[in-house]
Amino acid sequence: MTSLSIEESELLSALKRGDSDAYERLVREYGGRLYAAAYRVLGRETDAQDAVQDAFVSAFRALDTFEGQSMLSTWLYRITVNAALQILRKRRNRPERSMDDLLPGFYEDGHRKNPKPTWSPLSDERVQQEETRELIREKISELPEDFSNVITLRDISGLDTEQTAQVLDIEPGAVRTRLHRARQALRTLLEEEYAT
Amino acid sequence: MNDSKDTCREVIEFLASYLDETLEEQARSKFDAHLDVCPYCRDYMTSYEDTIRLARSTGSDAICDELAPLPEQLVQAILKSREP
Ligand SMILES: [Zn+2]
Repeated sequence: MTSLSIEESELLSALKRGDSDAYERLVREYGGRLYAAAYRVLGRETDAQDAVQDAFVSAFRALDTFEGQSMLSTWLYRITVNAALQILRKRRNRPERSMDDLLPGFYEDGHRKNPKPTWSPLSDERVQQEETRELIREKISELPEDFSNVITLRDISGLDTEQTAQVLDIEPGAVRTRLHRARQALRTLLEEEYAT
Repeated sequence: MNDSKDTCREVIEFLASYLDETLEEQARSKFDAHLDVCPYCRDYMTSYEDTIRLARSTGSDAICDELAPLPEQLVQAILKSREP
C-alpha cells in the first residue's frame, strides 16, 4: 500500500536510483515549504536554514527505508519540524521552570489560590509587536520540552492536534492535555508583563 | 446555582474545551453561569485567550509558505552534502 501520487512515486524511484537531477528537484520543489515550516518553529532565518539542511541530510540517509507509507512531502515535513525542534533545544539558554510552579493552585473548596490582579485584554498592536514575539518565544523556551514543543507546533506553527501528534509521535489526547498545560504555564509567565 | 464552589477548578480545567466549543451543552451552561458570577475566572479566561493570541501571532510573521524559495547557496550546500 502506498500513499504516493504517481509523480511522487516516480521521483522516489529516481532518488533511490541515485539520480542527481531527482535530488535537485526534491530540494527545489519541497525546500521552500520546509523552510517556512522550520522558520515558524525557530523564528530566525539562519536557524531555519540549518534545520532544512539537517533535515535533507537525514532524509537522504533514510531514503532507502522510506516505503511510501505517507506522502513524500509529509515525510519530509515531519523530519524538518523535528530537526527544527532539535535546534530549538540546543538554543535554550534559560533555566527550565517547573510546571508545578506555573500551573494554578486550588484550595480544597475549588477556589484558585492567589488570583493576581486583573488582566486587561491586549491590543492587536501590542500583540503584533516584534518585541512581543521575542518575549513569547523566550518564555516558551522556559517550559519543559514536552510542553514547549506542543505549544510551539499547535499555537505558533498552526498545526492541528492530529498533525502535532504525528510529528511528536504521541497520542492526540496527550497533545490536548499538554497544550492546555503549556498555555496555562505561559500565561503565568506572562502575568508579570501584562497583569495590571 | 451555588456558584463558585468547586467550579473555579473545573472552569479552568476545561477552559480549552470551552473555547474550542467542544464542551457538552450541560457543562457549557454550568460554565457560563459560573463565569457570570466569578470575576476571577473571567479574568483568567481573558488572560488565557490573550496567551493564545500572543502565541499564534508569534508564528504569523512567518516567511510566506510556498512562496519563500530556498536561498540558492543553501540548495547547493544541501546537494553537496550528498557527495561522499
Ligand atoms: Zn471561578
